[in-house]
Amino acid sequence: MSGIKDFIDNEVKNNDVVLFMKGTPGFPQCGFSGQVVQILDYVGVDYKGIDVLTSMELRQGIKEYSNWPTIPQLYVKGEFIGGCDIIREMFQAGELQALFEGKGVATKAA
Amino acid sequence: MSMKASMETKLQTAYAPEQLEVINESHLHAGHHHEDSGHHVMYDGTGETHFRVRIVSSAFEGMSRIDRHRSINALLADELKAGVHALALEPAAPGEKTRR
Repeated sequence: MSGIKDFIDNEVKNNDVVLFMKGTPGFPQCGFSGQVVQILDYVGVDYKGIDVLTSMELRQGIKEYSNWPTIPQLYVKGEFIGGCDIIREMFQAGELQALFEGKGVATKAA
Repeated sequence: MSMKASMETKLQTAYAPEQLEVINESHLHAGHHHEDSGHHVMYDGTGETHFRVRIVSSAFEGMSRIDRHRSINALLADELKAGVHALALEPAAPGEKTRR
């Protein structure tokens, strides 16, 4: 499992915004992942989507990495932010946009 | 005991909530790839795999969103291991805005 943990660690630390999801941003395979994609696209932030369906090891590994049992999972500047419910609540409260701003991540309409 | 009943009992005991709803949304996910049965099997929407929990409890006061979720996820770890693979959570403290 150390290999997959290093892979995840590397992705999370070398990309400002990373979404571990089922499917791809262009073709989400799960409604929860799709909701987060829509929100990130609306906010207009650049992010990297990583499809956990491509690897059983990755799908299990990300749950252990964050100690979080479900997917999707959003990371910003190395920090785990939350899953679908949390991202949606933060977005609706304007907190997600503020988080990106606070961390110096460019958005479309700041 | 059904998965729903066992989750309700645990949540009731742990948080003494003012409001609690455990909603089985498995039927909404018919046709999507069922996590543990392989990529080629489409889920038929029966059973107890997808749930939404709406809970209002003073136990959540002063806790961050992530901490609320982590707390509930830990409480329901057995259910998550035993076949519940989607758990949408809407925790709130009394007086906070909820989605309804």
